[in-house]
Amino acid sequence: MKYIKLIATLVLTIVVFYCLNTKLGSVPPIGKFLDPVAGVWQNDTDEIIDGNVLIEGLSASVTIHYDEQFIPHIFAENDADLYKAQGYITAKHRLWQMEFQTHAAAGRLSEIVGESALNYDRQERRRGMGFGAEKALEVMLDDPEISIYLEAYRDGVNSYINSLDIKSYPVEYKLLDYKPEAWTTKKTALLLMYMTKMLAGGDEDLEYTNLLRKFGKDRFDLLFPDFFDVNDPIIPKETDWSYINVDRTKTPQSELPLDTIRETIQKPNPDNGSNNWAVSGAKSTTGNPILANDPHLGLNLPSIWFVMQLSTPEHTAMGATLPGALGVISGFNNHIAWGETNATRDVLDWYKIEFKDASRTQYKHDNQWKNTSVRVEKIKVKGAATVVDSVIYTHHGPVTYDHTFKSDNPKAGYAMQWIGLIGGNNQLPFLALNKSKNYEDYVNALKTYTAPAQNFVFASTEGDIAIWIQGLFPNKWKGQGKFLMDGTNPEHDWQSFIPQEFNAHVKNPERGFVSSANQHPVDENYPFYVFNDGYETYRNRVINDFFKSKEKFSIDDFKDLHNNNYNLKAAELLPHMITSMDISLLTSEELEIYNQVKSWDLNNDIDQIGPSIWTAWWSKLYNMIWDEFDSEDELLVTPYAYQAIYLLKNHPEDSFMDILDTPEKETANDLFVLAFKEAAKTLTDWKAKNGDYNWQAYKGTRVGHLLQALPAFSRFDLPIGGDRNIVNATSSTHGPSWRMIVEMSSPPKALGIYPGGQSGNPGSKYYDNMIDDWAAGRYYELNFMQHVNSTSGLISTQTLNPSK
Amino acid sequence: MSKQNIINFVVTLLLALILSQFLPWWSVMVAGFVSALFFSLKKVAVFLVPFLAILVFWSVHAFIISSGNDFTLAKKIAVLLPLGGSPYLLILITGLVGGLAAGIAALLGKQCSVLVKG
Repeated sequence: MKYIKLIATLVLTIVVFYCLNTKLGSVPPIGKFLDPVAGVWQNDTDEIIDGNVLIEGLSASVTIHYDEQFIPHIFAENDADLYKAQGYITAKHRLWQMEFQTHAAAGRLSEIVGESALNYDRQERRRGMGFGAEKALEVMLDDPEISIYLEAYRDGVNSYINSLDIKSYPVEYKLLDYKPEAWTTKKTALLLMYMTKMLAGGDEDLEYTNLLRKFGKDRFDLLFPDFFDVNDPIIPKETDWSYINVDRTKTPQSELPLDTIRETIQKPNPDNGSNNWAVSGAKSTTGNPILANDPHLGLNLPSIWFVMQLSTPEHTAMGATLPGALGVISGFNNHIAWGETNATRDVLDWYKIEFKDASRTQYKHDNQWKNTSVRVEKIKVKGAATVVDSVIYTHHGPVTYDHTFKSDNPKAGYAMQWIGLIGGNNQLPFLALNKSKNYEDYVNALKTYTAPAQNFVFASTEGDIAIWIQGLFPNKWKGQGKFLMDGTNPEHDWQSFIPQEFNAHVKNPERGFVSSANQHPVDENYPFYVFNDGYETYRNRVINDFFKSKEKFSIDDFKDLHNNNYNLKAAELLPHMITSMDISLLTSEELEIYNQVKSWDLNNDIDQIGPSIWTAWWSKLYNMIWDEFDSEDELLVTPYAYQAIYLLKNHPEDSFMDILDTPEKETANDLFVLAFKEAAKTLTDWKAKNGDYNWQAYKGTRVGHLLQALPAFSRFDLPIGGDRNIVNATSSTHGPSWRMIVEMSSPPKALGIYPGGQSGNPGSKYYDNMIDDWAAGRYYELNFMQHVNSTSGLISTQTLNPSK
Repeated sequence: MSKQNIINFVVTLLLALILSQFLPWWSVMVAGFVSALFFSLKKVAVFLVPFLAILVFWSVHAFIISSGNDFTLAKKIAVLLPLGGSPYLLILITGLVGGLAAGIAALLGKQCSVLVKG
């Protein structure tokens, strides 16, 4: 009997131990997790930000002051110490995020979350993310100065990781039950690839090919013109391009392959975009140029940005940094301010590859069989066997789609040519900007920047303003890369790149301001081929109209513009719909909603119901127009909102207006009524379920934790207006991820805020403390410390000392 | 409460406190096991006394840490698990989990001591 009892209690003990020590499904290992000595309770505290810390390899002491916004101000004696300290301090507050984002970039999420991420990981590897990072790293390590800084940053991050024990791991490691690994210089390259994918990893070539085959060239050109009928480009229209002495590549006589593609890899969010602008001293109320930037990215916690001041005796810069990358990315120093918006150019193309045979060791190009290479991708999977995926490479790039991935022909495939895989030192330009003192320094800093192409706005205390559209751009023939190309034809390859000095730019324009909002960079007079590959058409016009509306502008005007909720898209269609719709067809309930939207002032403010009605109406209408695009056999993409509205107003009887499922032949005016009725029903149902559909509630802006938006670590229903295509570009999950305004006085006065907090620890009060002020359109004055011995506005100081 | 019960309670608590400085979370299981080996109890007390000792240890410890930070993280974890956002419920669950582990290990310890002595 006693043996039976012994065995029974032994088994029971083992079972209890196993259950409490093991992650079961999404439930963390509950004993380990709840242990107050080493589990999650240990994270219910703010980070220690005072005292002295010993760091191996520092050459001198580094002082870190924290201000009231928990912004670290790092004062080091030299650059290597500075970037080492940047690595250490960033890791201290954002380690989990740094590792998670670079794992996501490398296609390594299965290692952490298991099989559910396997498709994602394969996709990232077939996109060539690891390959591209290695190419970029090769170029960066070739630069002796940058390689020292990358290694210093790496050592700083690793000093922090090595100081951790199981008690002090960030919460997410405890939740998912894993450990941080060492940081490497490759991870910085991966982070830069993560940004390149986010901002320059989009294209519609394969969808456009399907459309071209399905509807023919004339119809395609009507739906997707290279230029819309309105264009307010970044570089003013009157610009003289006669100094450009290089020709556009000649268009070859050739055929495009009109293949049918059923599925493609995930695209970046089309709402990734930004605003920036600067006014000259003559146009500023104080006589100093003023500059602003607000990148629109996914709203996440921890935030994509981490604000810092980085100083040595030679230079000091402050602004938004990217955890994982060195230096300030959008910011200012004592001489200049700069900021970026995405330049949205077609730098990703697809080639049809013809293999010699099913072994795929050779492919046809220029009437020869050329050798392929293979990159073996080993994807580790938590709780399962490692998955091996062999990706074939041609001189174009990876054959992303083949019979093992989203395609079916063993002797053909589709290869990607992407600027992100060419390799470039995209760390150097930012470090050079941090140290720039004037326009010449800024231009020199940008020269080697390749991707993701950005519109770099600039202002200086000397009084200059400028904007350069900088990236490495292929010099394409007209139409090149809009559709799938022929991988066997060498004339379809990228022939050359636009010489850097001919990248579109403007310095001190007559109009007294520069601006960009992801619109067309240029008009049709620019000699190189640029087509509309997703340019924004609304924010830019509101911004430029604003700066043409009066003589002088102040910081308060800049704040107003950041928070401007005017809906130009609605303004260009709603009055037309209201006047041309037959309202005798509406019920009394529908008529009530109609009268509500009719009286709307076209601002997407939080307490209005007009924007909700417009949004529901537009969304139903848009889907009704493009019912011809519903297809299971081929992947299609619907036209941009601007062109849809153009057709509704100018071609109301076009056959696209017809709803295929009905015997009647509908026109635009019929669609207005039908869409309105559907929208009214949606809104009424929404109201019955959720209450009033004022814009705040209906839009439901949230800032979600990076890990599948875990509700416990996220913020919901934020009181902020705006939407996509509005200057205040806050949609439900996307928006101004960093708002900065800098006046170029000496020293500069700067304001900044972002939807998050400096700490990545959900247990810190600095985890999400800026969100409410951000939603309300408020800013913090950035404490740009002129000296290490300043003391005003600080909450504490920590010193990093060299360990003997 | 018998003297033996009190001794076992105190020994379990002290052992857990000391071992937790060197061992992972399962130090509370070791504490329950060891105290049951040397300070054998009877019937339900075999489980209940170490259970209560660790329940007190873990919940008081959790409370002390978290109350110093206004329960900022505890409130979030209590949404995650999900416990309706109540940090107090999370503290109680923490105590129960630790107590359960120690109590079960004590049952095993008791059987081992029976074997050795018998």
